[in-house]
Amino acid sequence: MCLGIPCPVVEVPEKQWAVIDVGGVRRKVGLHLVGEVRPGDYIMVHAGFAVEKLDLAEAEARIKIWEELLAFERAEQTS
Amino acid sequence: MNVLNKLHDPALGRKMVGRVRELAARAAERLGRPVLLMEVCGTHTMAVSRTGLRGVLAGLLELRSGPGCPVCVTAARDIEYMIALARIPGVTVATFGDMVRVPGGQSSLERERARGAGVSIIYSPADAVELARQNPDREVVFLGVGFETTAPLAALSISHAAELGLGNFSVYSVHKSVPPVLRALLELGDVRVDGFLLPGHVSAVTGSRAFAFIGEEFGIPAVVAGFTPVDILDAIHMLLEQVLAQNARTYNAYRWVVRDEGNPEAQQVMEKYFYPGDAYWRGFGLIPGSGLFLSDTFARFDAGRKFALKVPAVADPAGCRCGDLLRGIITPADCAMFGRRCTPAGPVGPCMVSSEGACAAYYHYGATC
Ligand code: SF4
Repeated sequence: MCLGIPCPVVEVPEKQWAVIDVGGVRRKVGLHLVGEVRPGDYIMVHAGFAVEKLDLAEAEARIKIWEELLAFERAEQTS
Repeated sequence: MNVLNKLHDPALGRKMVGRVRELAARAAERLGRPVLLMEVCGTHTMAVSRTGLRGVLAGLLELRSGPGCPVCVTAARDIEYMIALARIPGVTVATFGDMVRVPGGQSSLERERARGAGVSIIYSPADAVELARQNPDREVVFLGVGFETTAPLAALSISHAAELGLGNFSVYSVHKSVPPVLRALLELGDVRVDGFLLPGHVSAVTGSRAFAFIGEEFGIPAVVAGFTPVDILDAIHMLLEQVLAQNARTYNAYRWVVRDEGNPEAQQVMEKYFYPGDAYWRGFGLIPGSGLFLSDTFARFDAGRKFALKVPAVADPAGCRCGDLLRGIITPADCAMFGRRCTPAGPVGPCMVSSEGACAAYYHYGATC
């Protein structure tokens, strides 16, 4: 019930409504809680509304930190 | 690889598990017992079970479910009220699917529907408003079950109904707030957890700061966690680092979605439509300031006031241990009825009904998953 789904915005036909792509299916969701959103942005969708805009650069940075940490550990173990 | 796929990447996940196991082993040795973490979100319960993480960490780290499934924490008296609403001729209750099968004292919404009651399963509160617009001769009541993630959406539905001038739409709000139940759990003190995995999408609205009291007042580490395998492992890792360093702070491991201050638009909407009042929770009883009730300005959209039904007091299902489960005292396998008298096909309590309930998660993915 509380499932949140990260989805790309396909278009913003009205001020407070966007069309998103959920695994190939188009859906209309409310943007009332997230301010301005443009096509190509990602939003977290919960029960038909965007609850937050996503910062994918932040996720990428976090993954990079992990990859570096794991690579460093491997180097330590083999040295 | 797309970053969203990377968060599900099994190769990265496996390597992270290795590192998490190592830290968990060290922490368990330090504590002289397995580390006990509580996940406070039904979606985490499901994700942890589905990925098999419980099994992989068994013996070193236990992930115990808490009061994080909104359907499960809904009190028996509120379920009874919903069933009574559905019985009123001319009323259609609009609800998320999980609610319909929750057993009440004598009946359930599903059974009422089979007898001809108006029960409509919807995906979004916006669908309930649409239902009211299309059926002007019926009273549509949206069953507002959920935490801070869902409450602002119910508020938006009222705003929309008011704009459309709909007199036949109302909300039965049993929305609840997560920080007060964690405070209640910590004050009860029946279970001493070493750390909390905090609910990611509740925190997206409240902000991670709403949970700062866990470290500050109770000396227990807490980390806001996302729902992909990488997000969950990252958060568990942050908790274990804190356990080892004897640190107790509330951190945010879900920065790509959650801001420390939360979502101000959602907070404003909630403040405008709801006021915090004392609410009943299954397993806890009355918790001060934990319920989100419609403020007087919106009384005409409040199904509790509009219908003012009197329902008899009902007990929780005999023998069902959902209450103990929601307080983190037991795991589903400790309930004598788990998998025997109580299954998803014939549930005794809400924890076996909801797709986020711990009993359902353990049943689908194995009791030790
Ligand atoms: S297994 Fe069934 S009866 Fe036991 S606690 Fe879970 S829902 Fe209740």
